[in-house]
Amino acid sequence: MEFGFTEDQLAFRDAVRDLLAKECPPSVVRAAWTNADGRSGGATSGGGAWHALGAMGVLGALVPESAGGLGLSELDVVLLAEETGRAALPEPFVEHVFVGAPLAVDDHPGVVTGDVTVTAGDPLIPWAVSADVVVRLDPDPVIALGTDAKFDAVSSVDGARRLARLVDATESRPLTREELSGAFWRGNLGYAAQLLGLSRQMLDLTVGYTVDRKQFGAAIGSFQAIKHQLANVRVGIEFAAPLVYRAAHSLAADAPDAAVHVSMAKAQTADVAKLAARAALQCHGAIGYSYEYDLHLWMKRAWALAGAWGDAAWHRERVARAILDVK
Amino acid sequence: MDLTWSPAEQEFRADVAGWLQANVPSEPLPSGDTAAGFALHLEWERKLFDARWAVVSWPEEYGGRSASLWEWLIFEEEYYRAGAPQRVTQNGIFLLAPTIFEFGTPEQQDRYLPTMASGEESWCQGWSEPDAGSDLAGIRSTATRDDAAGGWRLNGQKTWTTRGAFCTHLFGLFRTDPSAERHRGLTYFLVPLDTVGVTVRGFGRLDGDEGFAEVFFEDALVTDDLVLGGIDQGWSVAMATTGSERGLTLRSPGRFMATAERLVALYRERGPDAVDGSLRGRVAQAYIDSEAYRLQTLQTVTRVTGGDPPGVESSLTKVFWSELDVSLHEIALDLLGFEAELESPWMKGFEFALSGPIYAGTNEIQRNVIAERVLGLPRK
Ligand SMILES: Cc1cc2nc3c(=O)[nH]c(=O)nc-3n(C[C@H](O)[C@H](O)[C@H](O)COP(=O)(O)OP(=O)(O)OC[C@H]3O[C@@H](n4cnc5c(N)ncnc54)[C@H](O)[C@@H]3O)c2cc1C
Repeated sequence: MEFGFTEDQLAFRDAVRDLLAKECPPSVVRAAWTNADGRSGGATSGGGAWHALGAMGVLGALVPESAGGLGLSELDVVLLAEETGRAALPEPFVEHVFVGAPLAVDDHPGVVTGDVTVTAGDPLIPWAVSADVVVRLDPDPVIALGTDAKFDAVSSVDGARRLARLVDATESRPLTREELSGAFWRGNLGYAAQLLGLSRQMLDLTVGYTVDRKQFGAAIGSFQAIKHQLANVRVGIEFAAPLVYRAAHSLAADAPDAAVHVSMAKAQTADVAKLAARAALQCHGAIGYSYEYDLHLWMKRAWALAGAWGDAAWHRERVARAILDVK
Repeated sequence: MDLTWSPAEQEFRADVAGWLQANVPSEPLPSGDTAAGFALHLEWERKLFDARWAVVSWPEEYGGRSASLWEWLIFEEEYYRAGAPQRVTQNGIFLLAPTIFEFGTPEQQDRYLPTMASGEESWCQGWSEPDAGSDLAGIRSTATRDDAAGGWRLNGQKTWTTRGAFCTHLFGLFRTDPSAERHRGLTYFLVPLDTVGVTVRGFGRLDGDEGFAEVFFEDALVTDDLVLGGIDQGWSVAMATTGSERGLTLRSPGRFMATAERLVALYRERGPDAVDGSLRGRVAQAYIDSEAYRLQTLQTVTRVTGGDPPGVESSLTKVFWSELDVSLHEIALDLLGFEAELESPWMKGFEFALSGPIYAGTNEIQRNVIAERVLGLPRK
């Protein structure tokens, strides 16, 4: 028994963390709220985190080596998704890396570098208009491979996500049952990992703030009312992370319980991310409630992902069926 | 015990409901936390005022109906049930007005109450500062005597001022005696925002609307008639305002009952089969809590009308209504599932509800007050 990551996996995570620190500081996330496509390149900067990730090979990580990818498994990329959550990366990272790239690579080898972007939704599709290929899991699972896709845009509370429903695409093919199921569970794993990263970042930001902020002549972090709220978030994170990592292992190993393991991870991380958002805001006070402060960028991503592709209640019900109902 | 409304009260309710039904805008107004929305809300407030529904509990001479507290509760229930617009004048009519009734001179009452009721002048609350939120007694803005000019010079900065960018006046606390102990030496001023030396900058809240403002004071001159309740008496005057803010007047039960009804409607609309079974009990619990809030208020009003002024229990109230508001909206969003992230009145309401545990004295501070002053637990 050994429940830990290899040195290679950790080194890959560190490399992505460094890349995101450089290419995706909070100013990039904020800019994505108002730029043309909601993504990290922005209308002006030209480069962006997406192409940097592509250059590193990350965007084709789950694509087989024979098709030009890195041929890695869910276990190798789960920590990367967590980092993108921590950075609130405004890109269809999970949708592309975990879901879309392996499905689209035969038609579009450019998914490996990120020259071609894939996104996916169930049924609300983030960054749909700016993507080249769109996977829709529900209704009527299809992959739209051409440029003729038509969308109905809707607004997310997360201004970067640029949601839409896919309404029409002639150049498309239906997904097979197997493709659909693989896409759904891998996507949920990616979201669970991002929710974990978002939770960690909201907690870190709040710990930093409550150490600095003084009221009544003392750091507010010295008050038990603050300590206990943040400690509760830390406990929550501690007991969400292993469920996420186990789910990644189960998917990578094609374990029969993999889907249930993903549901456990998603239910737990959705709840802890909501708790983290609530506690972070409360411990900040009014500054956390202002648009000019960064916390809300993380909170709103957390709210969005917590409900996407099955919320906590839906996933708990999956677990309930697996463990409670007579087989 | 009698839990029924008298025939006169029922008649009052019918009058209110009838007027609202005929007059509430059929389309919701745009957010009152934007310049354009604020102006439309003021038009609505004016309509209320002209029909004498703006401030039912005030005396007739100031535009009210001398309604009892009971009738005021009935009015509020009907107001929220009708889905009528948020009251952008609330910080004036619900927070400042009770203080002016209690501490204001007759001249101040005549000067400020009618224009407040009509919405002609609108008030924001200038208490918090960048370094003084929970620790209100830590405020640093000063008012310095200027005999030559015949008044006081204000200096410093306020922040988080709700709708400050749209209001005409501010009621605020300033330090008049820097040598005194923190809670002493504060004075409550009524400040026209067009005073020379006052600058207002609006900025966004969680939902992006410009509902916050910073207010800067640079040698702004205010005359003696703008002092409310006496020099260096600001703390006790302010505590009267917080009683209203935490307790009865700012958040009447009608507001939460109406939200609970909408939650029930949402549950029915989504269809019990489509929603997760665990949500059923949570909807019921939120409904129970809104009932509990209503009943606790009836108890409080009974005591208050019996001559017992509301006191430190307002901290219990504040914790309860603010948590209730969060949970009502949280459950609604859970009912919406993956659509919860879409912009909607429920999401907007949720974002606003999240500020309830922060403003009007954070819930951490209220819990400290409850522990120490209601339960008598040791302070350290
Ligand atoms: C939507 C909204 C509208 C507002 N409108 C106005 C307005 O119109 N006018 C105005 O003057 N102000 C307004 N405020 C400001 C409000 O009064 C302050 O936010 C509040 O007093 C808390 O102060 P703070 O934000 O500086 O947080 P802090 O005081 O810095 O508190 C941060 C955290 O520390 C906790 N904390 C602080 N001290 C203690 C302690 N002793 N024990 C335990 N925990 C503690 C708090 O509970 C909070 O969780 C508004 C705020 C919001 C969110």
